[in-house]
Amino acid sequence: MDEKPLYDGSFAVVGGSFDNAGQVSSGIKAILKKMGLSSDVVRKAALVAYESEINIVSYARKAMIRLRVVPGSIIIEAIDEGPGIPDIELAMQPGYSTASPRIREMGFGAGMGLCNIKSFSDIFQITSEVGRGTYLKMIIKTNSGSLNS
Amino acid sequence: MDLESIVKALNLKVRSGEDKLKEEVRGGYTGDLLSDVMGNSKEGDIWITRQVHQNIVAVASLKDHVGIILVQGCEPANDTLEKAIKEGIPIMVSDLSAFQVTGLIYNLIKPLPAESS
Repeated sequence: MDEKPLYDGSFAVVGGSFDNAGQVSSGIKAILKKMGLSSDVVRKAALVAYESEINIVSYARKAMIRLRVVPGSIIIEAIDEGPGIPDIELAMQPGYSTASPRIREMGFGAGMGLCNIKSFSDIFQITSEVGRGTYLKMIIKTNSGSLNS
Repeated sequence: MDLESIVKALNLKVRSGEDKLKEEVRGGYTGDLLSDVMGNSKEGDIWITRQVHQNIVAVASLKDHVGIILVQGCEPANDTLEKAIKEGIPIMVSDLSAFQVTGLIYNLIKPLPAESS
């Protein structure tokens, strides 16, 4: 991305802290709303940020969520230090989850998080290294036209 | 139909967000899996669930729901209630089951037929 971002900020997320889960996503939603982006794209961004945040809280030790807004796109990256994902293809399958009973009791861990992220992002990338962590990049287009137009 | 009319029709007890009852209820979503609700509910929905922990407030707020109905006599946890008051999210409670609450509200607002007619 060569364009100078209209917004560039990073937010720390601590693993295991379910009490504050959603705080970063709420902050991101408020920032995007204030920038005057349409409520449709703001909700998409809030959703992918929230699912990333829940994954971090559920599995990772700590992470940074970076939000950038450039003309035409919102770019959200989630960079965590954690166990990593051994088989990304498997993790992307709807319904597949390694969540603990505690996580499931709260209504998380249904194996839908990454699927939601993928379907609500216009561009989605995931890489992971076992024992190191996972990197997600989600791009949401802010102009209503299609990518090819 | 506004939220207040639904509160009256179903005799719901309002635990937070009393000042937000004039909001229009456009539809609803019933579920206890948070990612299901995140992925499939819509703005303006009333969310029917029996999850009571504080993460429900974040979900309702991020998805712009008009409120949350806790079913089966469930009460919001203390920190849930605090958060809902702070964020102005209406939480209501009912002794009825999720099936009954969903059916009653569906009959009141009939979201799909109203759109297609």
